[in-house]
Amino acid sequence: MKIATGNDLATGDVVWWDGAGWSRHVEDAVDVGDGGAALIAREDAARRVNGAYVIDATETPHGPRPAHIKDRIRARGPTVRLDLNVAPADAAAGSWVI
Amino acid sequence: MYKYDQYDQTIVDTRVEEFREQVARRLAGELSEDQFKPLRLMNGLYLQLHAYMLRVAIPYGTLDGRQMRMLAHIARTYDKGYGHFTTRQNIQYNWIELKDTPDILAELATVEMHAIQTSGNCIRNISSDQFAGAAADEVTDPRPWAELLRQWSTFHPEFSYLPRKFKICVIAADEDRAAMRLHDIGIQLTTNAAGEIGAAIYVGGGMGRTPMIAPLIKDFVPIDDLLSYVEACLRVYNRYGRRDNIYKARIKILIHEIGADEYRRQVEEEWAHVKTLGLDPPRAEFDRIAAMFAPPAFDAATPDTLDRSDPDFALWVDQNVKPHKQPGYAIATISLKPVGGIPGDATAEQIELMADLAERYSFDELRVTHAQNIVLPHVRKADLHALWQALDAAGLATPNLDLISDIIACPGLDYCSLANARSIPLAQKIATRFSSIERQRDLGELKLKISGCINACGHHHAGHIGILGVDRKGTENYQLLLGGSGAEDASLGKITGPGFDEDGIVDAIERTVETYRAVRTHGERFLDTYRRVGIEPFKEAIYG
Amino acid sequence: MDDLLRYRDDAPHEEPAVTLDAFLGQTNATAVRLESDEDARALLPHLDRLSLIEVSFPAFRDGRGYSSARILREAGYAGELRAQGDVLVDQIALMRRCGFDSFVPDKPLDPAAVERALGRYDAVYQKAADGRTPVWALRHG
Repeated sequence: MKIATGNDLATGDVVWWDGAGWSRHVEDAVDVGDGGAALIAREDAARRVNGAYVIDATETPHGPRPAHIKDRIRARGPTVRLDLNVAPADAAAGSWVI
Repeated sequence: MYKYDQYDQTIVDTRVEEFREQVARRLAGELSEDQFKPLRLMNGLYLQLHAYMLRVAIPYGTLDGRQMRMLAHIARTYDKGYGHFTTRQNIQYNWIELKDTPDILAELATVEMHAIQTSGNCIRNISSDQFAGAAADEVTDPRPWAELLRQWSTFHPEFSYLPRKFKICVIAADEDRAAMRLHDIGIQLTTNAAGEIGAAIYVGGGMGRTPMIAPLIKDFVPIDDLLSYVEACLRVYNRYGRRDNIYKARIKILIHEIGADEYRRQVEEEWAHVKTLGLDPPRAEFDRIAAMFAPPAFDAATPDTLDRSDPDFALWVDQNVKPHKQPGYAIATISLKPVGGIPGDATAEQIELMADLAERYSFDELRVTHAQNIVLPHVRKADLHALWQALDAAGLATPNLDLISDIIACPGLDYCSLANARSIPLAQKIATRFSSIERQRDLGELKLKISGCINACGHHHAGHIGILGVDRKGTENYQLLLGGSGAEDASLGKITGPGFDEDGIVDAIERTVETYRAVRTHGERFLDTYRRVGIEPFKEAIYG
Repeated sequence: MDDLLRYRDDAPHEEPAVTLDAFLGQTNATAVRLESDEDARALLPHLDRLSLIEVSFPAFRDGRGYSSARILREAGYAGELRAQGDVLVDQIALMRRCGFDSFVPDKPLDPAAVERALGRYDAVYQKAADGRTPVWALRHG
């Protein structure tokens, strides 16, 4: 699947396109198919996102998992500061990323 | 320490308001990201993996307790309670919100700090020797000259859109503690036969994908001509540095391509002209600045002896404390490399504690080192034990300066959008593998440096042992380099061979240092042994 | 020339600027255009007959024109020195300091924003080509 990600313009938070808006949680990401470029152009122009791009991901029972480690780290947070992760209580965050 | 006058303060305050307008234009949609990016970069604001990152300048690595406390306040108020000290003597905050940046800069300006030119293709923060003003081996304090260069380079009208970033370092001792020859311009203050101060100028050093050690371009520039000479160096670069390929745009490539002799000739020609323009400030301006760097009021009566009866304290003294030029005083390095920690990171509480300790024990002065540690430059020997106890209670007394666990590491793929591999977890694994301080001390001086990509922010080319993280078909892979040095014996490391995964590289390092232990002669550092026996015995041990 | 910003009192120069090659090959042109990779010093023998030198900025990142401007001013050129191309409002103040006194930006600039940018900094750290007194001189005035 293809999912779209970027950063919030004002806060810089990592965000994922959930079909209606930008979510902080990669689990909410939806398949954008071939519509990624048009979506990003529209959202960028509306200043709802910054530096957005489309990535490959695989569908899992827990939601999309980005194909590249860089985006998995973006999805969770630094692997060396699990306490600062998007879901700090998630004990499996480390193994999900690697 | 330098103190702003009304001119300095107004310039920094004005920059805050200018940036406030630029941010407002971006948030209002008047600027696209493409247009805003160069503006935010000129003020140290990046968009990194997780958030915006703000790099705050610590000019020549010197700051006082009030400034340090402000850094803690920023960490606590606008970030997630910590900051990261960098190899360019700056501090970075990883979780900054764009909308907060004008307020952060306004707060920094109240303590004479800023983020001006901490990024962008301009002249960056001037770096220097962290022992400046305290080291016994310096010919003069390099910081007044660094401050002159700071002012000269701030909003330099001709050199704000250079082909690429430009880093200048000023030292004044033969021992190079600041990786001077790995800068675009390295300046070593020195004296001539007549005893006059001048500058030896090295140009064209750097790391990155094409590492170079800067060649000597001029052995002695009379000190009053320093700025005009540097101006000439920059003008030749601005005119003829490559702009067709970002990877070939640093001055080291220009000098490599035309040769040091031709570059020197062009600079001499330009300097002959530039010198006549009256660009150099008068000596009175230097004297004004230098007066603010006058030595503190040392106590001549303080004892020059040390009670070493506490063995843990004695260990810390042996490893982290260096001689001071003033009898009765010492230079103490606070390691930001606890075993298992993140190299260069400090919490707001630790930063505040270091501010307190600087005020109490070090004439209100701190330094940041390019090895990502903090220095208290002027501590009475009589106070060292109390200082050590306070540091130890806060986890800041790791006695590992210049040992294998005193690792330089870039933020790597955990934070940086340019990185190909993580650096920090590797630093943690290596430090944990070698956590025994007896073993570390047996291995002696061993500078291990890790970069998570070819841009080499972790100085891997200059590590006695260097590690370069690469992306190998989507997985992290680590190459091992041996034999680099960023010191006065500067050299570039050589890659041993095929790379390793995360556990494999730690094993390879272990085999490397065990090989060193097997073949070293008495008193020989790792680097000396490597230079004597070459890379082959190590390759054999690693891959054989 | 709707988008010409000009900081001179004399009348704008009417003659179109010729290329550096064309200029060096003929004797009567009084306006020349210098590309960013061309050597400003080639013009130094001819400054007294030039009324307009236009320096091109093909991209805002290409900062060679700043050096070209200073070289021309340092050699005493007093005619119009124009920055043309990818000239942005946040660069105008630096360009003025290097000696440019007219601008033809590819994209029109908001005059109020230009005015604000030019008036922003009361003090400057360096001596450059605009005659402003650096703070080191003010400090020891």
